[in-house]
Amino acid sequence: MFDLLATGAKMAVWMTVLLSVTPVMVWVERRGAALIQDRLGPNRVGPLGLFQSLADAVKLLFKEDIATLESDKFLYTLAPMLAVVPALTTFVVIPFGPDIEVAGRPVSLLVSEAETGALLLLALASLGVYSLVMAGYSANNKYSLMGAVRASAQMISYELALALSVVAALVPVGSLRLDHVVSYQQGTWWGFLPHWNLFPQFIGFLVFLIASFAETNRLPFDLPEAESELVAGYHTEYSSMKFSLFFMGEYMSMATLSILASTLFLGGWHLPGLDYSGWWVTAATTGLLVLMAKAALFLLLFVWVRWTFPRFRFDQLLRLGWKVLLPLAIANLVLVAALTVSGVL
Amino acid sequence: MPTTTAPLPLPERFPADSIQLREGLDQPTWIVRREILVDLARELTADPETGFDLLLDLCGVDYPDREERFEVVYHLASLRGGGRLRLKVPVPEDDPVLPSLIDVWKGADWFEREVYDMFGLHFEGHPNLRRILTHEAFQGHPLRKDYDPARRWILTEDKMYRPQPEPPMDAEDDMFERMTINIGPSHPAMHGTFRVVATLDGEIISASEVEIGYLHRCFEKMAETHTWQQVIPYTDRLNYCSSFINNVGYCRAVETLLNVEVPPRAVWARTILSEFSRVMDHCVCNGSSLVDSGALTNFWYLFQPREEIYGLLEACSGARLTVSYCRIGGLAADLPPDFEARCRALLETIPAFIDDVEKLIVSNRIWLDRAVGIAAIGGEEAVNWGWTGPCLRASGVDYDVRRDNPYDLYDTVDWDVPVFHGGDVHDRFRVRISEIRESLKIIRQLLDRGMPEGPFIVDDPHVALPPKEVAYNQMEAMIYHFKLIMDGIQVPPGEIYSAVEGANGELGFYVLSDGSGKPYRIKVRPPCFPIFSTFSRLINGGTISDAVVSLGGLNVIAGELER
Repeated sequence: MFDLLATGAKMAVWMTVLLSVTPVMVWVERRGAALIQDRLGPNRVGPLGLFQSLADAVKLLFKEDIATLESDKFLYTLAPMLAVVPALTTFVVIPFGPDIEVAGRPVSLLVSEAETGALLLLALASLGVYSLVMAGYSANNKYSLMGAVRASAQMISYELALALSVVAALVPVGSLRLDHVVSYQQGTWWGFLPHWNLFPQFIGFLVFLIASFAETNRLPFDLPEAESELVAGYHTEYSSMKFSLFFMGEYMSMATLSILASTLFLGGWHLPGLDYSGWWVTAATTGLLVLMAKAALFLLLFVWVRWTFPRFRFDQLLRLGWKVLLPLAIANLVLVAALTVSGVL
Repeated sequence: MPTTTAPLPLPERFPADSIQLREGLDQPTWIVRREILVDLARELTADPETGFDLLLDLCGVDYPDREERFEVVYHLASLRGGGRLRLKVPVPEDDPVLPSLIDVWKGADWFEREVYDMFGLHFEGHPNLRRILTHEAFQGHPLRKDYDPARRWILTEDKMYRPQPEPPMDAEDDMFERMTINIGPSHPAMHGTFRVVATLDGEIISASEVEIGYLHRCFEKMAETHTWQQVIPYTDRLNYCSSFINNVGYCRAVETLLNVEVPPRAVWARTILSEFSRVMDHCVCNGSSLVDSGALTNFWYLFQPREEIYGLLEACSGARLTVSYCRIGGLAADLPPDFEARCRALLETIPAFIDDVEKLIVSNRIWLDRAVGIAAIGGEEAVNWGWTGPCLRASGVDYDVRRDNPYDLYDTVDWDVPVFHGGDVHDRFRVRISEIRESLKIIRQLLDRGMPEGPFIVDDPHVALPPKEVAYNQMEAMIYHFKLIMDGIQVPPGEIYSAVEGANGELGFYVLSDGSGKPYRIKVRPPCFPIFSTFSRLINGGTISDAVVSLGGLNVIAGELER
């Protein structure tokens, strides 16, 4: 009973975080874009326009749900659900705090202690591409179809580089579990440099970062939905809540990848110098806040990059994925493995 | 460069009665029998030094009373020799056929289709002589004088033309299925209402066909039913990104026919505001080109100068987009008292935005990969297609109406014509950035010269309305006022082709008057019309993304393209 309650509580924490990411991020994105573009952005609804996302959500809920006449209704309905589900499930293997003791019982702040940890996460994250393919295929629209083709090619190409850089981060740890990755990164080098994967595996970190831009279809890799070319790509024919599920899915996978990047390369919930040994509530809260702060850095980077760069062309994108990122990721993996075997890491 | 001297002696090998010489008001005019037209055209283009390499414009005129009812007018220019020539080919109504010049100048393609559409003249040898501006269900030919301007036709879906561009077949073609995709007329990248039907091989466009005519507003027909002054608001809607330049172009043509001297204050203001309009237009064009490649932020950076220039135009004319600030003989109203201060303030603020965009883009690797070598066209080919303006200068051809046929004050200021040689999307972008800087240079020099004193419109009661207080108090002025409002300006019979450098190329007005108080025929030479006719040639073989990113940089404005 206690375990069930604890798991439920942990899941509740994650769900709250992930579900509130979308409205918050939409606001950040719009205000951030406005800041970069020398405009004001939404500032009417609520203080600083903070409730704009709420208003948008209400609007989307009440919009007419349109489906094209010849669409494949089953896949058409399934696709937006599939966009959200993987993004909502990947968190199960990510730890958000130290092992704590509640009412005399040890609790690890990790929903699933599966030994396959990171592998499970990658597998779940890869499911996202199915939703895009289904959406593009079922909508009976040529632009959607092209968007879907682009999306699948792009995600498959970049997933390789992404996975290889994740593997490299796991090599020195010797475990697939992400809580082990975090505990491996505790401590410092020479007393001041945090013992984070970021420093020895900087190449891997860059590959991961670039690949996650491509995985989330964000500029400069937003080709599946390039609005000037494909109208809106795979979700051209979607409206109302179905559309907003895609929208949420995109922001949630951004959040997931940001959290994953913080866990793999920036020490996760741990920050050297912070005390995690106190009351369990404080410890868990500190862990969660540290993790969120680190992830927020990545999320802001996503926004910043989006409003700065033009977009790639499709062949250039694939060339970058296969000819630059993949060899880099492999080289990084070999390097890290060599360093680990020789005992440097 | 002189344009009124006959650049070529009359070719001798043609029969004596096949060409008649006329000395036009603006340029020599040859009346040519249609039998020798193709031979003559080849002869005229033959000389590499003085040959007429550019077919500026091709239009029809209807004279119902003449024995040979129609006349097709060709305007030629020689970019290297600097000459201009007008050819007129009479065509009888019962045999409305003349040879197509598409083999000599590729740019004749759409122009000939337009004449076919508007007058029903057939061009023998034209590969695709279909209606271009009106739709398939249209009956009759609207620019004929006996066509009632109020006549409407409804297009139903079953009559719609459905292009099926067929790519050239090769051996492996059977193995793949192709997809035909309809880009536009309502598509985010088609700024305006263009339609490109593309046959795709994966992401590659293997064949494409461009359809226009969705924004045709019968500008030329409407002009024939209004007085000369009333046409000015219509010109605003041509290139609506820089409507002031259109005003100037039209007014200059009529003023030359009227032989009216525009007061220096108006000329000074026209030059400054034309250059500001050019800056604005280039900002929009570069901005939309960038937004199509995903760089939205630059779009807003470039829209800020535009917004501020709109403020200036609003202070002058009361309108922002469609200014109608010119009048025949001068300006509609005097300049605002703070005109110079406003201009100076703009000169201070605009360069910062341009610099920002240049820094973000010109050395950006992603942009370079997207733009360098994309939709490239060589100078000679571009001229053959009838290109002018920044797009032509990006292909290495040094031609600018402001310098080569100077008007207003352009020959009194010191400025350069930027020329780039790549002919691709990137160089079109860079030409515009450089031209913005040159325009600001021109404005600065004119401001330093100081605003000329004097009237803002010519003091001629046959052309300019008398001021209100005079019209209300003096009998004579009131009569003039009444005559101008009711009958309009009486322009003496004659014809003229007068061009200004529009923001996207040579904007020409071929104006015919029969002395009736209304234009007999006005033909606009829209600079983007020949440019857009090249679009299929530019995008075939590239990807969809290339097509999208190149369209923005061509600065095709639907309002002007389709009139």
